[in-house]
Amino acid sequence: MSLETTWFLLIAVLWIGYFILEGFDFGVGVLLPFVSRNEADRRAVLTTLGPVWDGNEVWLLVAGGATFAAFPEWYATLFSGFYLPLFLILVSLIVRGVSFEYRSKYGKAQWRQRWDIAIVISSALPALLWGVAFANIVRGVPLEKSAAGHIEYVGGFFNLLNPYALLGGVVTLTVFLTHGAIFLSLKTAGGIRDRAHDLALKLGLVAAVAAVSFLLWTNLALPSFNAKVAALSTGVALAWVAGLGATLKRREGWAFIFSASAILLFVADLFYALYPRVMPSSLGAQFDLTINNASSTPYTLKVMTVVAVVMTPLVLIYQGWTYWVFRKRVSASQIPHPERGILDSATHILHQ
Amino acid sequence: MNSLDLARWQFAITTVYHFLFVPITIGMGFLVAGLQTAWYRTAKVKYLRATKFFGKLFLINFAIGVVTGIVQEFQFGMNWSSYSRFVGDIFGAPLAMEGLLAFFLESTFLGLWIFGWDRLPKKIHLATIWLASLGTLLSAYFILAANAWMQHPVGYTMNLEKGRAELTSIFAVLTQKTALATFFHTIPSAAFTAGAFMAGISAWLLVKKKDAEMSRGTLKLGLITMLVSFVMVFVSGDITSKIMTEQQPMKMAAAEALYQTTDSAPFSLLTIGTLDGSRSVFQIDVPSVLSFLATGDFKGTVKGVNDIQAEYEKTYGPGDYSPNIPLAYWSFRLMIGFGGIGFLFALLALFQLRRGGTPKGKWFLPAMIFLPFTPLLANSFGWIFTEAGRQPWAVFGLIRTSDGVSAVVSAGSVLFTMIVFTLLYGVLAFIEVGLTLKVIQNGPQTELDYADPKLGGSDSQHLVMAY
Repeated sequence: MSLETTWFLLIAVLWIGYFILEGFDFGVGVLLPFVSRNEADRRAVLTTLGPVWDGNEVWLLVAGGATFAAFPEWYATLFSGFYLPLFLILVSLIVRGVSFEYRSKYGKAQWRQRWDIAIVISSALPALLWGVAFANIVRGVPLEKSAAGHIEYVGGFFNLLNPYALLGGVVTLTVFLTHGAIFLSLKTAGGIRDRAHDLALKLGLVAAVAAVSFLLWTNLALPSFNAKVAALSTGVALAWVAGLGATLKRREGWAFIFSASAILLFVADLFYALYPRVMPSSLGAQFDLTINNASSTPYTLKVMTVVAVVMTPLVLIYQGWTYWVFRKRVSASQIPHPERGILDSATHILHQ
Repeated sequence: MNSLDLARWQFAITTVYHFLFVPITIGMGFLVAGLQTAWYRTAKVKYLRATKFFGKLFLINFAIGVVTGIVQEFQFGMNWSSYSRFVGDIFGAPLAMEGLLAFFLESTFLGLWIFGWDRLPKKIHLATIWLASLGTLLSAYFILAANAWMQHPVGYTMNLEKGRAELTSIFAVLTQKTALATFFHTIPSAAFTAGAFMAGISAWLLVKKKDAEMSRGTLKLGLITMLVSFVMVFVSGDITSKIMTEQQPMKMAAAEALYQTTDSAPFSLLTIGTLDGSRSVFQIDVPSVLSFLATGDFKGTVKGVNDIQAEYEKTYGPGDYSPNIPLAYWSFRLMIGFGGIGFLFALLALFQLRRGGTPKGKWFLPAMIFLPFTPLLANSFGWIFTEAGRQPWAVFGLIRTSDGVSAVVSAGSVLFTMIVFTLLYGVLAFIEVGLTLKVIQNGPQTELDYADPKLGGSDSQHLVMAY
């Protein structure tokens, strides 16, 4: 396997890791008001994410850094081209991270309500926009060679809002919502668990319809029938159905494994449809960015391969260990004084 | 303003803002780890209270450092895509390594530290804060190596056909003296910053008679951290300035507004005038000190802006190769000045504490409240000097900043995102300061049952830490 292909694969792996992990973070964030009945519920829901969300988000930073290092032309064209969607994602991620940390510091209802709204919006927006972005990459966007000899994005913001891409956004949003609901049913106890279970079934059906239409569209839009892309698409559908079945039987662990597998296969499918291109141009194949014309030198790729081969297993081990440490279900009854914020002064608590 | 100016403003705002939080995070991480180690070793409850109290402040600050760091990772591609294409083969590697080696370590183990109080054995829980702190250190190292490469590119070759710089030696990039000197300048600065924070806050608690048992100790710890780290900042700063004179003589000349090449050059303390090479209205100089600073010899020759300009025109072709001189001149002085003021305050405060009791002087509390701001200002001016002083280059001698900006992003887009980011940063700063003041005002939580092995007054049915 060439170094370029290896790095194409590694970047696919990073996105897979990111979407599986932050996927349920996004889902849990959006579902926060819908699975909770009171303050203790809300805090229990957020506590399932507490120890892990930041580590999950690092997968994105590493995917970005790795793209910069291995395929600088891809990094440059993609992020300058998809400027506004990426900007909206960044703003969301800023607001989201701060909301988690600051929300429960004070007990005041208004303070918490505002952060809750921020959490819902800032979780929904990236969940939707990542799908829009990836669908556009797979579909191909207007790329052209500039006077300086670089392949640059020449479309506008509204070019990115085509029906196929929007459907892609609906797919990621609904898939992440379902994935988040399954995660919550696995990680909580009591009323939250039951409500999350019900939502997982309903959302899972919506996601199934969206994903199947999107994958059909993707397969039909390819210049010729691609057996591997079709096989992976079928795999996504099967995993999803298995996940719904497991949810129905209340086998929450299996349901999570299946929804995670469906996300894995889905991202793999999109990357397979791309390969060996990284950003096809809708204006002609001569303007395609490929793993060859976008890549770094073999030396840089070799250096980065060594670092990735040594570090990735280590990261997986200690990040996996975190999930093991916090494997117990969280229930609302475990939250001491749910209405109290740690920064409320003693007198304030007395008056509550 | 065109998209270049706007992109530069946006970069400056995002980066300076991000770096307000970074040094506190790096330094405070280690201080908190030290306090927790003291508790682990001695089982004295005051160390645990200090760990929890400063840990809380550390986390409030860490949150903004993390989220603004996300923008850092992507803004090169967004606003500086031509720069990214040119340097990606080299510059991307330390960034990716930073993610893989540092960010994962930092975020994962900090999560374990925050939520692991009742889930992990004491010893392992202690290890998590040390590992998270190690992550911040690694992160600083990789990003400083990337920045050092912009100041002084090494280990590369130019590929003219592809119009980019290509990596030939990762070891050269990661171990060049510019990177090492910057690292040993930045890390003690972070310790100095965190020390000033700890000292300022502890002094306030001490004067307000809140948990004097703890705050007296942490005040001393903060002040001593400041003194020790200042010496290291001073020494590495001296080394850095000699390296800078050798590698970027224009930056040193600009820092002094020295237009003519001079032997035994004086160090200008302050100037009233235009700094455009004409005679200044008023000036205080210290004879020969600049020569010593730049070359290590009081009689050494320091090249002036005009000569370097002429030299660079021969090498790089026509153009203006001098940075904004008043900006370089003043930011250099303000960096040193604020650092020095912080150091003097720390020295005076420590002297007061030797007599025991609470320092009585009327100056004490205002000075201690001002103390944490001195390193913040010094850090910001230091980076403004380093980055603005390198102009017009993005990578010294290889690519101009004006050639690095994204070709396809309109000025309107950059302006729009800049306004939204700036407003967002403003709101977050407001909330962050509010929360920090509230933590300080509440003081360390003495009412919790810290003797409980489960900590913080929790029982087995309740979580010690919940979001």
